[in-house]
Amino acid sequence: MSEAGFSGRRLMAMVGKETRQIARDPSTYLIAFVLPVLLLFLFGYAINLDSARANIGVALLDDSAPAHSLALAYGQSPHFAVRVERSVEPLRQAMIADEIRAIVVIPQDFGAGEARGAPPPVQIIADGSQPNQASLTAAYAEGLRRNWAMNRAAEAGPTPAAPISVNSRVWFNPGLTSRYFLIPGAIAIVMTLIGTLLTSLVIAREWERGTMEAMMATPMRMTEFLASKIVPYFVLALISMGICTTMAVVQFGVPLRGSIPALLLVSTAYLLPALGQGLWISAATKNQFVASQLALITSFLPTFLLSGFLYEISSMPRPIQIITMIVPARYLIPSLQTVFLAGDVWSLILPNVAIMAAFGAFFLYRCLRATRRSLDR
Amino acid sequence: MGISWTRLRAVIVKEFAALWADPRARTTLFIPPLLQLLLFSFAATLEVRNVEIGLLDRAAGAASTELVQRIAASGNFAQIHRFESPIQMRQAIDRQEVLAAIVIEQDFDRKVARGEPASVGLVLDGRRSNAGQIVGGYIGAIAGGMGAELEPERSRAGGSSVVVNWFNPNLSFIWFNLPALIVVIVSISALAITGQVVAREREMGTFEQLMVSPLRVPEILIGKMAPTFIVGMGNGVLYLVAAQVVFGLPFTGSLLPFFLALAAYNISLTGVGMAISAASKTQQQAFLGAFLMTNPVLLLSGFSSPIENMPGWLQVLTYANPARWFLQISLGSFLKNMPASVVFSLTWPMLVIAVVTLGSAAWLFRARME
Repeated sequence: MSEAGFSGRRLMAMVGKETRQIARDPSTYLIAFVLPVLLLFLFGYAINLDSARANIGVALLDDSAPAHSLALAYGQSPHFAVRVERSVEPLRQAMIADEIRAIVVIPQDFGAGEARGAPPPVQIIADGSQPNQASLTAAYAEGLRRNWAMNRAAEAGPTPAAPISVNSRVWFNPGLTSRYFLIPGAIAIVMTLIGTLLTSLVIAREWERGTMEAMMATPMRMTEFLASKIVPYFVLALISMGICTTMAVVQFGVPLRGSIPALLLVSTAYLLPALGQGLWISAATKNQFVASQLALITSFLPTFLLSGFLYEISSMPRPIQIITMIVPARYLIPSLQTVFLAGDVWSLILPNVAIMAAFGAFFLYRCLRATRRSLDR
Repeated sequence: MGISWTRLRAVIVKEFAALWADPRARTTLFIPPLLQLLLFSFAATLEVRNVEIGLLDRAAGAASTELVQRIAASGNFAQIHRFESPIQMRQAIDRQEVLAAIVIEQDFDRKVARGEPASVGLVLDGRRSNAGQIVGGYIGAIAGGMGAELEPERSRAGGSSVVVNWFNPNLSFIWFNLPALIVVIVSISALAITGQVVAREREMGTFEQLMVSPLRVPEILIGKMAPTFIVGMGNGVLYLVAAQVVFGLPFTGSLLPFFLALAAYNISLTGVGMAISAASKTQQQAFLGAFLMTNPVLLLSGFSSPIENMPGWLQVLTYANPARWFLQISLGSFLKNMPASVVFSLTWPMLVIAVVTLGSAAWLFRARME
């Protein structure tokens, strides 16, 4: 047994074999080229937190001129598609059937109250079954009402400005486009998919097909075996990273303010734990079905839920916040968002890169331990 | 060439046994759903709480101190970091140490004292613009409230509004997540587990044995789909019970229409899973196919973000997604006491989809066998 020494020649032969194996499988092209494009397309268009036109109902309980004027203001707003009724009940039915998101109730004595200078409050009923939409729609509906009231007051005479106002500026993303920060997150999901989900099957497949034993009978060292599994998938992941970045910039108009080397550094640092985790799962389970489910649960799901991609980590309960610390994607997503939107902020990128590399080293070490030359485990 | 019940029963029993045989595969049927229940219900929130913000107070007078105290006392923020200079502020935002920074200029106190309109600057991190917007809303409301107390008569003009939230008065995210989770979990079991069944047989070489057995195609098909269908229904029921018992979420609708809709949803996706399985040569391909389908099914359901925010062409595409219909039914049945007539009107699109997916699964399967 030539257990001593890591042979570059053997490694190259194995990488060649793995690469041929991957290249022969037509699904590889699907994964490397079609999948990133498809996923990014989907994430880019399907996830949008910027509220568009909402369907609402206006219950017009008053027949006065101001009440009609307010109802008309809702009808003319580009933010709302309005259905006007004379009572609340038909709108309640519509809300139950999920046809409208909110009901604006203009009360009976609205016109009379307005004439006295003390209009009764307008009621805004939001559909709480979709909490985020409910608060956004209610805020838009109230904003429209306030504007309408201000315009009417302005017609009557000059009005002073609010005593204290807030003047907001948004850095890096002045248009508040949610797509700009969601697309870098979607890239992280694509990399997780290629890095962890695909590799979770590769060693398990060798075990299931019995080729692992053949592998063990060769003079190859386990480090070489692992390296031969990592290199082709690493290259594959970087290719899809390139495709994703191009698409983000060209198709979705996401600015790329940082440098390409920074992007490469961040991606490479993330691929270490991603590939390591996939291979560890694969080596430890030796069963493709179990490995795929485990990879889904431990990588894709946390990347989607616990990485800050869509949901704010600070809003989660404390125990879950602690769990997010062992999700490698949690360190990738802010780095990617920063490289795309803010630039090369090394004081943010480098600590994250170091943490990801440490996770990578740990996973690869575990993986090496799990692939010891032994048949009876 | 009819279906024989004896043969059908035999093949269903065999498939159940195959699914049940591996103890680790068995745990993957039930542990992941439970994990997802916990993670999703607590983690998937778009609320913004406990964020850290910064403060650059150049006025440091009575009014600015009052405003800062009100912001600190609002309970929305974990900590307020004080900055000495704009450079410090810039660095903290760059490094994402704070999500937003309040800038109070020197003339703030003087203007407030004179009764002139005063303004507060707010810098938000556009890398997290959704959370930033919500923080902007919080601070705007606090500043507005303080202004209204300073100048009551000026603020009262123009009327007001009262916001009420029906079906979920406190806008609790868990109330939205639990009904939505039934959609997620059934889709995962229907797509991921069904996706593997034929591909595994083909990879292991036992598919040929099935072909030479006296079983007919529909029998094999039903036999393969029955176990995952039942696992999906079981997980659905598990979540339904957990939502009420563990999380105290009331189920206000009626159960029978809900279960019929759940079955229609489950079958329509099981058909998709079967089609993927029949089309794949290896388990890796099947896994990938199932994963590739799970994403659009969940993203185009209205779970992660509302359908009305999507571009028009994509909204049309969501009609073909069974999860879109079942999410409405699940939310409606849990929270809105959705009447049976509405549930049925949302169920029939899923039945149409089920006919299409089962038909294509059968066609692909037959093509594979020949």
